[in-house]
This record gives sequence, C-alpha cells and structure tokens, in this order.
Amino acid sequence: MPADFNWAIGGEAGDGIDSTGKIFAQALSRAGRHVFTSKDFASRIRGGYTAYKVRTSTEKVRSVVDRLDVLVALTPRTIEENLDELHEGSVIIYDGERTTMADVEIPDGMIGLDVPLKSLAEDAGGAIMRNVVALGAACEATNFDIEHLDSSLKKRFGDKGQALVDNNKQAARLGQEYVQEEYSDIEFDYDLETTDNDYVLLNGDEAIGMGAIAAGCKYYAGYPITPATDVMTYLKGRIENFGGHVVQAEDELAAINLALGAARAGARSMTATSGPGIDLMTETFGLVATSETPLVIVDVMRSGPSTGMPTKQEQGDLNMMLYGGHGEIPRFVVAPTTVDECFWKTVEAFNLAEKYQTPVYLAADLAMAVTEQTFEPDAFDMDAVEIDRGKVVDEDTIGEHQTESGGFKPHELTEDGVSPRAFPGTEGGAHMSTGLEHDEQGRRTEDTEMRVKQVDKRNRKVETAREREDFSPREFGDPESDNLVVTWGSNEGTLVEALEFLEEEDIDVRILSVPYLFPRPDLTEEFEAADEVVVVECNATGQFADVVEHDTLQRVKRVNKYNGVQFKADELADDIKETLAPDEGQEVEA
Amino acid sequence: MSSQVRFTDFKSDKQPTWCPGCGDFGTMNGMMKALAETGNDPDNTFVVAGIGCSGKIGTYMHSYAIHGVHGRALPVGAGVKMANPDLEVMVAGGDGDGYSIGAGHFVHAVRRNVDMSYVVMDNRIYGLTKGQASPTSREDFETSTTPEGPQQPPVNPLALALASGATFIAQSFSSDALRHQEIVKQAIEHDGFGFVNVFSPCVTFNDVDTYDYFRDSLVDLADTDYDPTDREAAKEKVLDADKEYMGVLYQDEESRSYEQTHGLDSNMSDIDHEGAPEGAMDLVREFY
Ligand SMILES: Cc1ncc(C[n+]2csc(CCOP(=O)(O)OP(=O)(O)O)c2C)c(N)n1
Ligand code: SF4
Repeated sequence: MPADFNWAIGGEAGDGIDSTGKIFAQALSRAGRHVFTSKDFASRIRGGYTAYKVRTSTEKVRSVVDRLDVLVALTPRTIEENLDELHEGSVIIYDGERTTMADVEIPDGMIGLDVPLKSLAEDAGGAIMRNVVALGAACEATNFDIEHLDSSLKKRFGDKGQALVDNNKQAARLGQEYVQEEYSDIEFDYDLETTDNDYVLLNGDEAIGMGAIAAGCKYYAGYPITPATDVMTYLKGRIENFGGHVVQAEDELAAINLALGAARAGARSMTATSGPGIDLMTETFGLVATSETPLVIVDVMRSGPSTGMPTKQEQGDLNMMLYGGHGEIPRFVVAPTTVDECFWKTVEAFNLAEKYQTPVYLAADLAMAVTEQTFEPDAFDMDAVEIDRGKVVDEDTIGEHQTESGGFKPHELTEDGVSPRAFPGTEGGAHMSTGLEHDEQGRRTEDTEMRVKQVDKRNRKVETAREREDFSPREFGDPESDNLVVTWGSNEGTLVEALEFLEEEDIDVRILSVPYLFPRPDLTEEFEAADEVVVVECNATGQFADVVEHDTLQRVKRVNKYNGVQFKADELADDIKETLAPDEGQEVEA
Repeated sequence: MSSQVRFTDFKSDKQPTWCPGCGDFGTMNGMMKALAETGNDPDNTFVVAGIGCSGKIGTYMHSYAIHGVHGRALPVGAGVKMANPDLEVMVAGGDGDGYSIGAGHFVHAVRRNVDMSYVVMDNRIYGLTKGQASPTSREDFETSTTPEGPQQPPVNPLALALASGATFIAQSFSSDALRHQEIVKQAIEHDGFGFVNVFSPCVTFNDVDTYDYFRDSLVDLADTDYDPTDREAAKEKVLDADKEYMGVLYQDEESRSYEQTHGLDSNMSDIDHEGAPEGAMDLVREFY
C-alpha cells in the first residue's frame, strides 16, 4: 500500500463541499504534498449526496483508491456512502449537535470526533464557516501544520478582505483546539509530512483552457454543459488579457459556427462541449472539414446516451468522434491521458488543426476534467510551447497559388494534401469556401474527376500526418512483459498505479496508453509480441477494443467499466488479474 | 484601392444558375453595388451565405466567403467579424434559412448586434427544394407539402427583429434597384446589426407574391414623413397587417456594436509569438 493518505468531505449539494475540499487540497499542495482529488456529485444544485475526495502523498499520486482515512461527514448518508472505504482507525468528524447527526453511530474500530462545527463557527464570526472548523479539526487529527491551511484560506478569501480571512483562520483554530482538548487521550495514526516543493494544483478543464491560451487561441465560443463548462469559465477573464474573446453562444450549433467563422477569419479558435453538444455540432463538423478550416473541438465526455448521467464518468463518445457525421470526414482525434497532458495536447491540437487544416477533436473525459492534480510548475513550461500555423500565404507568396486569371486556390491539389491558406484581408486571396464539393478555387463542382481528386486530397492529409507526426503511445510497466494492457484517456494514471498492486501479486504487465485515436499508432507488432492483450476503457461495448481489433486483426480481452465511476487502482488491478488468468483467479478464491 | 473598386469587381466569373427572372439577381446586384459604394473591395469583404437558391449568392460574388450549413450563417458571420473587425461582413440567406431552421440564431444575432449586415431574400417559399411552404408563406398558400395552405400565420420577421432589440430594421424589393441598393448601403453603414428583409420573388414556385404584387402593394416610407428613429412608430408599422412597407423601418442612432461594447478591435489572425504569449507563465503561477 503506498504511503498515501485519503481524506473526504461529504454532505448535501449546497453544503459548500467543493470549496471546502478545494481549500484543504490547496493547503496540502502548498505544504509540498502531492494531491489527487475526485468528486462524487449528483446532477442537482441543492440536495443529493456530494463528496470531494483528496488523496495525498509526498510521492506523485495518479488515481483514487478505495480507502478513506479521515472523513468529514455533514450528513449520516456520507458515512453510509463511504462505509466500504472506511477502515479500522479511520477518523470521522461530525457535528453531533446537528439534528440529523445526533444519533449517528460510529462503526466499530473507527474514531468519531464529535465537534460542534456550527457553534464554534458562530464563535468565530458566522455559521457559514462550519466546514472550516472541520478542516481545523482534521489538521489536528492528521498532525498537519495549520499554517498551511491559513495560507490556503488567504488565497481563497483574500480578495474579500482581511477580516474574512482572519475569521476563517480563527474558525480553523477553534476546530483544532476543540479536538486537542476534548480528545487529548487519542493518539492519531496520521502524520502529514510537508516538503519544500512548490506544486500547482489544477484540473483538466483548466489545463485545456491554459493550453489554448498558450497556443495563441484567441477565440472561444461555447454553450454551458457539464463537465465542459469549466473550460469556458477558465478562459473568460483570462483570455482577454491575451487579446482573445469568449462568447457564450445560444446553443452548440451557434457555438461551433461562431468558432468556424473566427477560424476562417484566421484566428486560432476553439469550442468545448460534451456528448449532447457534439451531436448538435456534427453537421457543421462536416463543413469544417470540407472547407478545410482549422478548428479545435473539445469533447469532455460524460455518461450517455441522451442526457445520460451528466455528472458521471464515461468514455462513450469515441465512435462519435471517430465516425460522427455523414459522408467521410478526415479528422484528428487526440485524447489527453492526464491533467498535464490536457495542456500539451491542446497546444498540439491547434498545431495539427492548422498544419493539416482539419477539425481536431480533443477527447477529454469527466474524470480528468474535474480532477485536480498537483504538478511541478514546469510541467507547464511555457518556453517549450511551439506554434506552427502551417501553410499560410501572404501578398508576396500568394502568386504561386493562383490560377492564370488570378483566382486563389484554397483547395489546391498538393502532394501532401495540404493547400495554401490566405487569411481574409490578404490581397489577391479572395475566395469562396463551401460545404459543397468544390474545385481548387473552392467553387462548387459535380465533376466526377474533381470530386475524386478533392476527396483523395483531403484524405491524403491523414497519410501525410502519419509520416510527419509521432503518434506513439505512452509506455509504462515492464517492456518485456507478455501481458499487454492498452488504454486511452484518463485511465492511464489509474493503470500506472495499478501496476504496484499487480507487482505485489507477481504479475507483470506492459502498458500502452494511446493518446492519438485518429490517426493512431499501428499496434500490430506490440499485439503480436504479447500473449494476452487487455483493453481497458470506461464504456460498455469496448469501442477502442473494437478499433484495435480491426487494426491488428487480433482478438483482445476487455475490461470495461460503465457504472459512472472511474476505475480505482486496486479494483483495476483485480480486474486485470482476473482477465489475464480467469481460472487461476478462481482457484485462488477457492 | 477602394476608390477604383467597381461593383463588378464583386462579381465572380461563375454564371448564376438561378431561373431567368428570379428576384435574387436584383438582390445580389444591389448588394455588390452597396459594398462598392461603401468603400469596400473583395479582399476586405467576407460574405457568409446560407443554404437555398438565395444562399448560392456566395458563389456568384467575388470576395472572401463561406457557404455554410442550412440556417447557421449568422453565427459564422458574427465569428468572422469578432475575430477581425476590419472586415466588412455581410450575411445572406433565404426566408427558410433565416426564419425557419435559423430562427433561433436570428433572434440572438439581433440581440448580439455585431456590426454586420444581414440580407434575407424573402420569396415566401422554399425555392431550392422545389416549392414547399416557408415560414413567411401566407396561411392559405397552397404548396406541395401544404395543399390546403400552411394554416398557420406567417412569421413576421420585422416584428421579431424589433421585439428582439434590433437596432436596424429595413425592408426592400429586389426589382426597385436604386432603393434596394440604397437601403442595403444604409444597413452596411449602420453601427451594429443591419437587417434587411428583401422581397425577392421566386418566379418558378410562387405565383402569389409576384413582382406585380409587390410593385402594387409596397408603400415606400421615403415617400412619407416617417421617422425611422421613433420606436413607437416602428412598432405600429411592423405590426400593420394591412400594408407592407419598403425602407428603413427602424434605426437606433445610439446603437453600439458588439465589438464596441466588448472592446474588440484587433485582428485575431495575428499571432506575434512563436511560442506561448508573453506572461503565459503567470497563468501557471495562479495555481500555486
Ligand atoms: C439540415 C438541412 N435540412 C434541409 C436541407 C434542405 N434545404 C435546402 S434549401 C432549403 C430551403 C431553402 O429555402 P429558403 O431559405 O427560403 O431559400 P430559397 O431557396 O427559397 O432561396 C432546404 C429545406 C438542408 N440543406 N439542410
Ligand atoms: S426556384 Fe425560385 S428562388 Fe430558386 S432560382 Fe428559381 S426563381 Fe429563384
């Protein structure tokens, strides 16, 4: 078991669970500890169980596990929901004065800390700070220096005045002192060490927004939808400082069309949505591809189909991104695998879009988008960002791409499939673009030969990209192992942690995490070298497994999870073990 | 350059495939003349076209242009203009394109008040799909899909625009070349969303809303003492069930375009850095 510590606060939506959890996560990060957070939330604003979980260690943490060491329970349901994860020695902080908590029973072997959260908060200046009182109590139970919490409180409330910061600090102190005095006889097992490291703490949506700004994106149009909204929220108020603009559109149809317009005007342009929004954008997606407009479209996947489970994890839109749209559409589908990769893959998405003049889907998912994780700041090294705008022509070079009569050829039939691009305003570049099949000048045609040439030209870009780009998977585990585990998206971190559990059982695996879903790496050799191939993904039918079976003409085994919750490292290790050797597994059981 | 620009510079060398006599010829000529006369040239003009016979206009004109998907031309135009406010943006489409599939965008484009013009070729029928009822078709107008007439009141685009907060509402008639060109010019010059509903008869599928009908029935507001800045008067006119008007029905002289309100004045196609923009590392520090 890694030397990590797991903490959670749970209650009803509207109880301030999220912001309280975030304050503690930030305090840990500022104390030089690694943090990985996860959220358990229902699709409602008030009422309904919600929890914010924090896993922390002085080592890097990449996933959630089924264990809770300290739980702040604001409702009895919080205890019920987490019973499986609590263990002997787990601490439960609750407010026995709260009517609903008056009769709670602390399970055997666990430590209940009954702290009058509300009364103490009132003493500090207001009942609203009762969660902060709980954080103070948690500091005491974990031997965590409360000054780190102060620093996080200052960051959180600093804008609202020193008085508020001081009151909150005081509330935390009262919680801490209460535990010191009332539970002086208890020896807590935990000791949250601190380090001198400086970490940043952010989630995938924020990393995508940051990547967009870093890449020179100036235009974002979107329509709110969970779990993609945070991309828009992040950009709004920040992108303006870099000369950009955010528009909240009337719907996704407008969002992608606004973004398309800005892209045609020459701006690096992006929209983000989730499954239902991707459905709506699909018609225009075809136009983006046919008019050869560079555009980044982010799909932060959630459970579908239809409205599905809007606040739950799933990787069910892969087929939609690979195949969505009528006709045949060349595209890129890039899937970041971690929060920091959300940043880098966004930067790359803009370069791919402009180099190949195609739409690029950035396939993120809920588990990654709402998960906050710590990184060394240079994981986002801005000096390493490169911008490649592809084949843009100007007044001086445009002559090479004109017809004899001076017409510009935005769909010129080139060897690599990529045509010159003239931003509006470029003299001599005026041209028409259309979703209709067209000739080199962009004019409608039904000429059979030209149709074939244009289709081939667009498809050729995919071949060119295969030659020019590195679409290799990310590799982990034992490179020599006969057991190959393949995955994509946010499962990577969990899988990497699952390695430790597998090692404990003497099971070695080689892991390939595939960030390029189209065009994608050819895994035939890797598959042939392995005895067993297992594909891990968060959907029911194994959409990626199907795709790689098709590519490699080899059957694979599948581990699928589609109950709305992301994989957990220990559970995933068990699933893989079971899938690799089902019979053996049963023998062990018996 | 602009002083030498002639309206024919906006013509492409593609011959229109519109039916002989189609109102769209006149509508397009007026648009090209208005663009030239307002000092534009093809390289600084962006035309966004919808889908329909009307939407083919982008093909027959010469400028930067895109022919979009059905009903979504307005957001494309707004995106172009926001990303490069130096461009002259004109959006064109039909009554089906704009008031049926695109009705939602119409309301929001009006509200948004991006400084561009929107010309709707209203022939009160679907031309390209060969004669079905459009949202502006009369209640009793018999078509292949509505043999007894739509039996629903037509959309009133002018009233819809006014109710949505339009800052410029006009109506013109494609065959009254001079007036049409003048009205489109005013829409271009307006600081905000310049909306022009143009009666542009379909000679093939609509035998009710014909040239003769419009010629006889349209009242030109220029011949009256109408004051287009008076919103109350505009309300009365756009809701008048007995008469159809030509001219500028409403213009808010205080109109501030979206770009002005949001401080958009740079050409976003310029990226003056080869890596991340200056100060980008501050974005990371924020997460400490
Ligand atoms: C999503 C979608 N639905 C339907 C069509 C078919 N369609 C093409 S043009 C048109 C109607 C055009 O009517 P209008 O805008 O009045 O233009 P007109 O042809 O009369 O100028 C329709 C329904 C389409 N191209 N796309
Ligand atoms: S069908 Fe009607 S609208 Fe279309 S080109 Fe012919 S006359 Fe014009």
